[in-house]
Amino acid sequence: MIDAITANQAAALAAKLARIEVAAVYPITPQTTISEKLAEMVSSGEMDARFMLVESEHSAMSALIGASYVGARTFTATSSHGLALMHEVLMWASGVRRPIVMPVAARAIGGPWNIWGEHMDVIAERDVGWMQFYCENNQEVLDTVLMAYKVAEDPSVMLPAMVVIDGFILTHTVDAVDVPEQGQVDGYLPAFRPDPVLNMDEPRRFGGLVMPDWWTEFRYRIAADMEGAKIRIREADREFGRIFGRSYGGLVENYRTEDADAVLVVAGSAAGTAKEVVDRLRGEGLKVGVARLRVFRPFPSEEIAELSSRGVVGVFDRSYTFGDGGAMFNEVRSAMHGSDNIVKNYVGGLGGRDVTAAHMEWIFRNMLDIADNGLDRKIEWVGLRDGSGRW
Amino acid sequence: MYETYRDLPPIQVTTETTVDMPTGTWRTFRPVISAERCTRCYSCWKFCPDLSIVVQQEGDYPYVDLFHCKGCGICANECRRGAITMEREPL
Amino acid sequence: MNRRKPRFTIPHEDLMHPGHSACPGCGEPIAMRLVLKALGPRTVMNVPAGCCAVIPGVWPRYSLRVPLIDHAFECTGATSSGIRAALDAKGMDDVTVVGWAGDGGTVDIGLQSLSGAIDRGTDFLYVMYDNEAYMNTGSQCSGSTPWGAWTTTTPGGKEIARRTGKKRILEMLAENGIVYGATVNIAFPEDLVERVRTAKAIRGPKFLHVFSPCPSGWKMDPSKTIEAASLATRTGMFPLYEYRDGQYRFTKEIKNRKPVEEYLRLQRRFRHLSPAQVAEVQELVDKELEELRARVEAGRK
Repeated sequence: MIDAITANQAAALAAKLARIEVAAVYPITPQTTISEKLAEMVSSGEMDARFMLVESEHSAMSALIGASYVGARTFTATSSHGLALMHEVLMWASGVRRPIVMPVAARAIGGPWNIWGEHMDVIAERDVGWMQFYCENNQEVLDTVLMAYKVAEDPSVMLPAMVVIDGFILTHTVDAVDVPEQGQVDGYLPAFRPDPVLNMDEPRRFGGLVMPDWWTEFRYRIAADMEGAKIRIREADREFGRIFGRSYGGLVENYRTEDADAVLVVAGSAAGTAKEVVDRLRGEGLKVGVARLRVFRPFPSEEIAELSSRGVVGVFDRSYTFGDGGAMFNEVRSAMHGSDNIVKNYVGGLGGRDVTAAHMEWIFRNMLDIADNGLDRKIEWVGLRDGSGRW
Repeated sequence: MYETYRDLPPIQVTTETTVDMPTGTWRTFRPVISAERCTRCYSCWKFCPDLSIVVQQEGDYPYVDLFHCKGCGICANECRRGAITMEREPL
Repeated sequence: MNRRKPRFTIPHEDLMHPGHSACPGCGEPIAMRLVLKALGPRTVMNVPAGCCAVIPGVWPRYSLRVPLIDHAFECTGATSSGIRAALDAKGMDDVTVVGWAGDGGTVDIGLQSLSGAIDRGTDFLYVMYDNEAYMNTGSQCSGSTPWGAWTTTTPGGKEIARRTGKKRILEMLAENGIVYGATVNIAFPEDLVERVRTAKAIRGPKFLHVFSPCPSGWKMDPSKTIEAASLATRTGMFPLYEYRDGQYRFTKEIKNRKPVEEYLRLQRRFRHLSPAQVAEVQELVDKELEELRARVEAGRK
């Protein structure tokens, strides 16, 4: 059924379709409407889940870790400061292998206050052992929540996943979304049956003290299983395509990159703008393309390394790692180590600043320019009021 | 019991009990119970932090599980009949 | 000689194994043993950081005979709520959820999530074992450290650095909305078992404040754990009472209360107190008891 809904509504509907059993709920802009939609569906009886009000995001995640051990499929959503407050327990969740799925309405973190979209909150959590999926549009949000459960709960993975939704740009804008039938979803996503699970007849302890003699091996297992998740993500995406008729290219969606002289790596909603500009510039005969980074954790190093045959590679970061460029830029560049490509960082879309078609066009033309004339500068702050008159 | 990372349980969970931990090696003094003085009030059993005073069933005399007893001396301190003495372990 | 028939005054079965990692003479495994005896095997525990995370043993070994979930320091209340929600979702509503945390993990860093769990009406038993400081990290002052006690973070030379007393946690939580609360003491096992059984039978958020001496942190001989615990109640420093349906009630009336000095001099953490300061502690204890008595009396009206 095609419905006109926001990405937040899509995320909540996906939770319902995934038959989540326990939801922990705490408000934060621009995530709140996910929680509200859940409340609405639980109260109307459309959805059969334990709806748990918590007093902070830290408690939301802590509660879900406990619930997940009992074998419940769990869900919460957060944003910005809420995600930062969870930091400690995000690591706990991945460390004890709880496949919690959590949409994150990506937003700036203060101070000073800013409630609008950027990726700083999620980028700051890139090292905590969670998978990170970045969505381009509302449909992809719904689909990715389902895929995320599929991958997270795979016995060979058992790691939590964030589904990144650009704050306001997607969370609060209405778009056409094909909402799948429950039966189809049930066919795609089986019930959560973790093993081991809390068992009253076999009392065991979960998450207790590990000494230095085995800690390394437990960490290695997480690293290896996160790496292995790449295969599961590609499979889950293909299977999704077979059942629902939509798939997203696995970890990276390549858009008109085959013969491109300049490729922009970009995650989230800005990819939509970039693709439109690509179509326009292609009309002018310019060979440009987009490699949409759909999954940042695990990092798709193989897919990125393939870009080395594509000339200039630009990386658009909607965040900044103070001290050394954007995180996506640095990781893309690192994955392309040994190639001759020019890799340039474009930083923009911070704190709710629009990423316009004009910005994207400037970026593509700049990439083609440096292909001929060499790198002008390593990092470009797109749209920065620098008095240059470029934007 | 585990040799490589491959042998580990899929998530971190315990698989054994602490029963084979020889906490008795921590002990400097061992409790010795005098059966003549013992009234079987079971105070020693109730207060033992280490589950090392054993009473098999109601009516039995208590005995000490020296494999686990850490020698804290609570049993001797709490025995109202003075039926338990703490004796130094040989070096 | 005592001629009565020997009998067990508390349940015989233990839900705990020996070989656990508590220090010799530790009060906490006594508390754990007693609480689990009273609760029985249909119990799920969860513990934050603290001695409670050490005593169950080092992976892959485990000293309890009920399931246990470990979690971060400040989230005992929240994790308890999550476990409860999932158990209910799975139809396991006969299982008792126990959040077990130390005094620092409760009255300081864990207070918010505990308050939240009570507010959520989570059906669980929260057990705070009180050894009156952050003992697992080596005796740092907590909000439950008593007036005048030495800790490694209450410097002061001849001055008393700890000039406030223990937070009145049970009263705080009573106002927060617990359906049952009680102070219990490992020196009175029969009473402790009875309080736990009472709590278990009531649905909703319940709170137990267990007095649990730490011989190493209190700087006393490990054999004195029960003696010190008993004196804490017999001097009125740790009165035993319960809260239920808006009313407070003494669960152990102490006649011929002993002077606090007897309790204080058993432990070297109070060694620096001058006779005048000991008198000050006595005054504080008298005043606190009077206030408690007033709360009890108010309930009787």
